[in-house]
Amino acid sequence: MPDQFLTGNEAVAQAALDGAVSLGTGYPGTPSTEILERFDTLGGRAQWAPNEKVALEVGLGVAYGTARALVTMKHVGLNVAADALFSATYTGVAEGLVIVVADDPGMHSSQNEQDTRRYAEASGAPMFEPGDSQEAYDHTLKALEVSARFQLPVILRMTTRVCHSKGRVRTRNERAQVPAPRYERDIPGRVMIPGYARPAHVRLRERLASLARSEVPAQLLIEEGDDTRLGIIADGVAAAHAREAAPGARLLKPGLTHPLPIEAMRDFAAKVDRCVVIEEGDPYLYTAARAADIPVEGKPERFRFGELNADRVRRILAGDESPEPEPEAPGKPPRLCADCSHRQVFQTLAKHECIVAGDIGCYTLGVMPPFEAMDTCVCMGASIGVGLGLRHALPADQARRVVSVIGDSTFVHTGLPGLAEMAYNPPATGHILLILDNDTTAMTGLQEHPGTGRRLDHHPASSKLHYEAIALALGISNVHTVDPVEAQDEFERLLTDALASDELTLIVARRPCPLASRRLAAFQAEQESSS
Amino acid sequence: MSDRHGVTNIVIAGLGGQGIVTGSDILAHAAFAAGHDVKKSEIHGMSQRGGSVSSDIRFGPRVHSPMVPHAEADFLIISESSQVLPNRHRLGPQGRLITPDAVPQLFQDESSQQAARMVNVALLGVLSAHLDIAEAHWIDAIRTQLPEKLHEMNLRAFRQARGIEALFGTLTGDSRPRPTL
Repeated sequence: MPDQFLTGNEAVAQAALDGAVSLGTGYPGTPSTEILERFDTLGGRAQWAPNEKVALEVGLGVAYGTARALVTMKHVGLNVAADALFSATYTGVAEGLVIVVADDPGMHSSQNEQDTRRYAEASGAPMFEPGDSQEAYDHTLKALEVSARFQLPVILRMTTRVCHSKGRVRTRNERAQVPAPRYERDIPGRVMIPGYARPAHVRLRERLASLARSEVPAQLLIEEGDDTRLGIIADGVAAAHAREAAPGARLLKPGLTHPLPIEAMRDFAAKVDRCVVIEEGDPYLYTAARAADIPVEGKPERFRFGELNADRVRRILAGDESPEPEPEAPGKPPRLCADCSHRQVFQTLAKHECIVAGDIGCYTLGVMPPFEAMDTCVCMGASIGVGLGLRHALPADQARRVVSVIGDSTFVHTGLPGLAEMAYNPPATGHILLILDNDTTAMTGLQEHPGTGRRLDHHPASSKLHYEAIALALGISNVHTVDPVEAQDEFERLLTDALASDELTLIVARRPCPLASRRLAAFQAEQESSS
Repeated sequence: MSDRHGVTNIVIAGLGGQGIVTGSDILAHAAFAAGHDVKKSEIHGMSQRGGSVSSDIRFGPRVHSPMVPHAEADFLIISESSQVLPNRHRLGPQGRLITPDAVPQLFQDESSQQAARMVNVALLGVLSAHLDIAEAHWIDAIRTQLPEKLHEMNLRAFRQARGIEALFGTLTGDSRPRPTL
């Protein structure tokens, strides 16, 4: 096959196919979303899960069943999946389980810039870090093999510039051979009661030590460059920036960054006159090197924030403390589409001076002018809990203005337990939950979820989540559905009534996203013409 | 072109929904088909909602970083005039700015909606006269990166704009005081 020109995400999907992954699952999140969509297009079995924790649990089950699984998410998604991760490393796996986690240094479309490398160390999961599309392909295949061989789930840590950059990829021309799935009972290995978990923790550390002693770390280590006056230790895309900034310098790039090839780093530092660690985000490599008494330099604190690039790496290497250049004018911020139904909703919330506990999605843009109708946004699903807390704490006149606003996909992701809390511990003034149901996961690029009634490939699913019925089943008696555009007056009346009452109310503001509707219509037309 | 080991740096910038990513895909795939090492990078996500979008394309014998370093763009292509100021700092000292002002006569016979959909490919047509990529690779890239129903319209835009540039000849010097080709 000739070389392909692929994004990192596309390369991971191709490797999943070539690596005989039997199921890919995850939750959409920029910059990770396209991996599963591409895997589906290539003919792999891909599906969206309600959230990352469920996705990881499904992937774990697949790997217990001696089949290969790929689980994808963005960095904050790993917070949701962390509960499963920290015990999955204890139970281990029977076949390859690769968890792709995409970090977003610089927060191009995220609420924080947490560094997933900390999770690998904390949970004990081995971690691979590709720096370009070719490595994304190669490392995914290798990670599947390593996971199966050492019986551990493996994290493939990507970053925005690896996920969304395109480069040349040479693919393997054969499909990996894996045995047919079968169940082999292993109660002490899979059931984490304390008596079985204690030896499981010891076993995890032994497996990591065995991986560290194997030939794998050296296979994933790149060492190049002739000028030993300057040595650079760098991981992921930071190594590409370093090559650009200091073309002749000696470079050490570990592809396996947990467990770290610490002795190779020590030998490398001893061979160069000056050794500098170049890494995005937290000082993960630097701290490990210094803890091992390896004489390396790190980066000034200001380079902990945002992405690196060749210019910033030059500054780090030169000790240049001058201010970094700024654009002559700021870029244009994103905003709600002209025909988006969220506009009417936020207009009404602003008019009634609501205190809005918001959530994550397109509708977070309700915080922007002219609406400025959002007071909090923390993490997926937080709108409900935060709104309830505000209602509990504030004096009644303010508490009655608190409204929780959540999108349909986010509600399914982590809003369901919040709704249970709302029914279980209602504030004295009641509460209002507004589900903005636009029938898609809009912000990440119009993905399906259990509430749309369609699968990842847009074909009908076998069920469709019914938000109103769920609320009624939980004991919330005031449940309303309204189109906030067609029936804007009714929407305002429902909101006004709910604000005045001391009861629990769910209002589902339902109107499909115009972008999603157009795409769905085109998809359906294509299906009809091909059938 | 600079002496950065033969690497050409191009930044395409505009607003979400204008087809910046598709335009940069056409350029990157044309360069790839021409046998160059190519890297292309941009930001998705929030910027899809009408905000500023920019895409970096780099090609040459060997490309390392996927991002065009600060003030090293050889060409800055802007599809919406408000985006000149937020991006102009990316141009190198000998860099050239290409804006829609370069191709107005192209669109006299088109509806404004039609013209808006053709502008990116027309700007690539202007750019193409300056790059070491054969026309056939551009045509192929337009065909593979766009849906079939848009081929005819965009191939017309590309060829006309490439022709316009040929009429003016190759421009030289620092374009920054004069923000159009």
